[in-house]
Parts: sequence; C-alpha cells; structure tokens
Amino acid sequence: MSVLDVGAALPRHRMEILPALTPVLVAVVAAPFVGSASTFLTLTAAGIAMGMMIFTMASGLTLVFGMMDVLNFGHGAFIALGAYVATLVLLPLASWSATDSILLNLAVLTLAGVAAGLVCGLMGWLFERLIVKPVYGQHLRQILATIGGSIIAEQLIYAVWGPDQIPVSIPAAFQGSFVIGEAAVEKYRLLATLVGLVVFAGEMLVLNRTKIGLLIRAGVENREMVEALGYRIDRLFVAVFMAGSALAGLGGAMMALYRGQVHATIGAEFLVLCFIVIIIGGLGSVGGSFVASILVALIANYAGFLAPKLALVSNILAMVVVLLWRPRGLYPVSGR
Amino acid sequence: MTLLSGDPSRGRALQILVTLVVIALVFAPFLFPGAKAMNTAAKTCVMILLVASYDVLLGYAGIVSFAHVMFFGVGAYGVGLALYGLGAGWGALFAGLGLAILLSLALALAIGLFSLRVQSIFFAMVTLAVAYAFNVLASQLSAFTGGEDGRSFKVPAVLQPGFRWLDHPLFGVQANGKLLSYYLVVFVVAAAFLVLLRIVNSPFGRVLQAIRENPFRAEALGYRIVFHRTIATCVSALGATLAGGLSALWLRYVGPDTALSFSIQVDVLVMVVVGGMGSLWGAVLGAALFVVAESYLQDGMGALAGLAANAGLPLLPALFDPHRWLLWLGLAFVLAVYFAPLGIVGALTPPEGKGRR
Repeated sequence: MSVLDVGAALPRHRMEILPALTPVLVAVVAAPFVGSASTFLTLTAAGIAMGMMIFTMASGLTLVFGMMDVLNFGHGAFIALGAYVATLVLLPLASWSATDSILLNLAVLTLAGVAAGLVCGLMGWLFERLIVKPVYGQHLRQILATIGGSIIAEQLIYAVWGPDQIPVSIPAAFQGSFVIGEAAVEKYRLLATLVGLVVFAGEMLVLNRTKIGLLIRAGVENREMVEALGYRIDRLFVAVFMAGSALAGLGGAMMALYRGQVHATIGAEFLVLCFIVIIIGGLGSVGGSFVASILVALIANYAGFLAPKLALVSNILAMVVVLLWRPRGLYPVSGR
Repeated sequence: MTLLSGDPSRGRALQILVTLVVIALVFAPFLFPGAKAMNTAAKTCVMILLVASYDVLLGYAGIVSFAHVMFFGVGAYGVGLALYGLGAGWGALFAGLGLAILLSLALALAIGLFSLRVQSIFFAMVTLAVAYAFNVLASQLSAFTGGEDGRSFKVPAVLQPGFRWLDHPLFGVQANGKLLSYYLVVFVVAAAFLVLLRIVNSPFGRVLQAIRENPFRAEALGYRIVFHRTIATCVSALGATLAGGLSALWLRYVGPDTALSFSIQVDVLVMVVVGGMGSLWGAVLGAALFVVAESYLQDGMGALAGLAANAGLPLLPALFDPHRWLLWLGLAFVLAVYFAPLGIVGALTPPEGKGRR
C-alpha cells in the first residue's frame, strides 16, 4: 500500500480503442466482398447516415436507462410523435421547401426539427410525471407501465392524425446526390450525418465539460452517492428524460423525411433498433451507443447488398456476436 | 381438488366469475348459437392457454418476454404449413406440431441461456428484437410461409364443417365437424391449463416465485436461477406453441396478422395484467374479458362516437371511434399496473387468513 499522495492527479480513465474500431473493421472486411469501390462508398455513406439517425433516437434511451434504471418502452412513441409533428411544419410550409432558395429550405427543416424536439420534450415531461414516476425502482411494473403508456400514445396519434400514411418530401436543395467519381452520395444523407455528429458532439460537451454533465455521469455510475451529496437527482432525471424524448422526436422527424412518408409503425420499428443499439453499446454509455449505431447500420447495409435475406436478422447476429465477445456491451458502464 | 392441484380460485365472487366463464365456454355452441359467438368462444379458449402460459413467465417467474407470440406463431405455422404441404391428415398435423414444439424448445433454450445469464432486463429487450426479426422473416420468406397473405389449408376430414357425425341436430345444433373442432380446442386447452396449474403449484413453481421475490436469497438457498428461469421459459413456450397450433386448426388459416403480429403480444400483456398476474385464474378472466370487449365493446364505442359527433364536440368522436378501443384498454392497463397490480383476481381475492401462505 502506498501512502496517499494528495497532490497526484487522479488516475485517468483509459478509453479502450478496440471497440470503437469495430465499424472500421466491419467496413474493411466487407470491402472486398462488395467489390466495386463506388458501390462501397455509397453503401458506407448511407450506413453512416442511417447510423447517425439511429444514434439520435437511441442516445436518450441509454442515458435514461443508465441514470434511473428506467427501460422506457414508450420511447418509440416519441419517435413516431416527432415524425408527425414535423409534418405539421412541413405540410403548411410546403412552398418553402419547393423553392430553390437553400435558406428557406434550411429554415423549414430547422423549424420542423425544433418543433418535433420541443413537442416531444414537453410530452416527455408529461410521460415521465404520469407514467414513469409512480413506478420508480420496480422493473416489472415500470416495463408494463411504459408499454401501457406507449399503447395510449400510439392510439392518441391515430386519433389525431388518422391511420393513413402521410407523404412528406425533402426540401428541393437537399434532394438528389453528389457524385464523386462513380459513387453517388445523397445530399440528405450528408445532412443527416452532420446533424447526428452535432448531436453527438453536443452531448459529449455537455456530459464532459459542464457541471450538469458531471452530475449526470455520476448519477449513471452511482445514483445513491449523488443523492447523498445533496443533489436532487430526480429533477436532473426529468431533464435527461425530456432531452432524450426531444432527441427521439428529432430522429423520428429526420427518419420520416428520409423515407418520404410518416406512419405510426415507425415507432415500434425503431424502438427495436434502439434497444439493439444500446445493448451493443453498453447500457448507459453514450459513446458506446454512438459506435453501436454506426456498426449496426453498416452491417445492415452491407448485408442488404451482399445477402438480402440475411439482412433481416443481421442486427440480431451482430448483437449476439458482440455480446459473446463483451457480455456487457462495447463500453460497459461500471457499477452495472 | 387434486385436479386443480390444490389451487382453486379463492373468494366467493371470483369463484362465481370463473365458474360462469367455464360454463359459458363449455356449453357455448348450445348457449350462444351463431358463427360469431362460436368464433369468439374458440378465440377465448385459445387466448386462455396463451395468456396462462405467459403468466407462468410474467406472473410466477417475474420475467418480461416479448417473444411469447413468436412461439404462438411457431405453433400456428408448424400446424398450418404441415397441413398445407403434406395434405389434410392427422399424421401431417402431429408432424407439424411436433416440429413446431422442437423448434420452440430450441429457440426458448437459446434465448434463455443467452440472455437470462446477463441481466434479466436484457431478456425483455432481446426477446423483443428476436420476435421482431422472426416476424419479418415469416413475412419475407413468402415462398415457404405465404408471406403477408399467409396460407389457407384443409384440416382433417373429421374437423371440417361439412362432416356430419349425427343425422339430426343435437339440442338444436348441427352435429358437424365445426362442433368437433370446438370441443377439441376446449379439451386441449382445459388439459393444458390443468398441467400448467400443476406446474406452478409444484415445488418448481414455488422456487420460481421465490426467485421472483428475491433472486439473491433464492440463490443463497442453493437454487440455480438461470436453470429455473430457462425451464420456465421453455414451459411457457410450449404452452404458447400448443395454443398456436389450436388457433391455426380452428381458423384453418395461418398468417402474420393472426399468428405473429406484435399487437397480439400487446393484447396478451393487457390480458395478463388486467386479469391478474401470478394467478392462472387471472388468465381465464383476463382473456374472457378482453375477447368479449374486443368483440362487443366496439359497438358501444361506435354509439358513443355517434353521440359525441352529433353534439358537435371536438376530438371526442375520434377518441370514441370503434378502432380506438385499444386506447381505453391501454388506460385500464396503466391504471391496473398502478392501483391493482394483481388485477381482477387480486381485487376479488379476500385477504389471506392465519396459517395460509
């Protein structure tokens, strides 16, 4: 036992590099099978864009689970709600997205994203107060209550917007694609990648450079200790829950535009993907879910090109392989 | 008493309700003539088995699974595809059911061993993902499964509606194959239900409950948690497979909407929670209530929606639209989770006296 050295710096937490490299590894392995370089570039770009959208939806879920052990099955409802709220902006302002002006195009996209985020954030607050709060700390009832909440939310969405698909279109400036050599990269995918990166950078900055972020990280590691130090972790948690819901809404809006249509089934579909992503990434780890999102999307894209039938179960296979290698995910959070 | 494994429903009101449901189901063809009533009764029977087997997992073992309908689908597709591919014979029926049971067991073992080891909360997420993939797979492999359209097939001759086993009607009901299939469903469901009741009241069932209440203590007493939970998963999967086979046999059709859709999984959850977790009698009540509500609540809601629309109220017509009946059941579900965690059974069972567990 060495004597306690007060002056010494705290031991730095060493980040493992190998898990972060798995998407690169997958890309390198897949490249020879894909064959043509242009196809490979297109597939990879599409995969990264898809991964960014999934990450936008999933990052809130992983933090919410990490902090309060809340596994929110209602998360999918926020994804769907975000998509529908975006149509409230996109459809009335259709003339803005039809014009050639890139500024108006950007404005309508920003408005749609902000509206989706705001509404979902507010609904997240309501959901947390009404559905999640009464059953803190009881896993079984929590899962049941959030499922009940998602049933209600989905039915309300149907009641308000009707059961039919709503078509939406990407603003004129972001339609079409850049052609690099023979590879075509859609403009909207680049935009989605950019938004995803901004979300990731923002989350990393808040988590690592602010006091709130410090408290959130501490809460993920050890909730009781943070409470014992006198912080109201439940208030912090509400904020995280709202932010996570808002991001889910933003992701849902982006995905709806990408698909060109809105339907409530988008919620259940991406909830499954979000779960796979946060399991692979390590429950509670934002960085892990970032890597996992790209990994899952890349694998799905390569598999879809090389063996379409396999693509349907590629996510599950990826999860099984990762968990066999690291049972608690790529970046396990200590203490769980 | 031995038939019920010493676990009869307790409380006068509860006993009356259960007896009523059982009588209604056993004599359904004679009490409620007509095709719709008979379909409702058969669906209730199948759901009772499906929900009871789910309750073994959710109520007794305290594990949330989203793959229960996947096993239901395995059973339905096993029976359906075998009868479709091999012709309408009993051999094909049993071969299909046998294969389905083997596949279900293998899947349940794999999922259980893989995800119950890590964290029980993993199980919920992993089963959701696996069930989703299975659903997509079934609708994509259309050459084999019939895709979104599913498969219609013939059942063995004795069970076909055209088959007459008596020349004259029996108490005013045609003595045809449909009646025979109905009683086949009732008989198999009753037998399987009694077996499940036996299992949850065996020492094994007690250990499951102990693990649910306190995993650490159960493990400290020397019970292997993963082993017991995995066996529970397999038992419940078997029940669901059997229910799926019966459902396919009754409908003479198998497709993603009737056998695999995620909405069935949600329905099953609602039935277990509203009926009462941790008591198989809750499955009987929950399934009966749900199927009746599904078939008849919508009419009432349609009337309410009409009233609200006539009064010129905003949004209310949309909320009372007959297609939104799940909204109200969802509300009941959440309220049940908060205020009546043991559902109808919990509300009707009197407090236990001294000397009882």
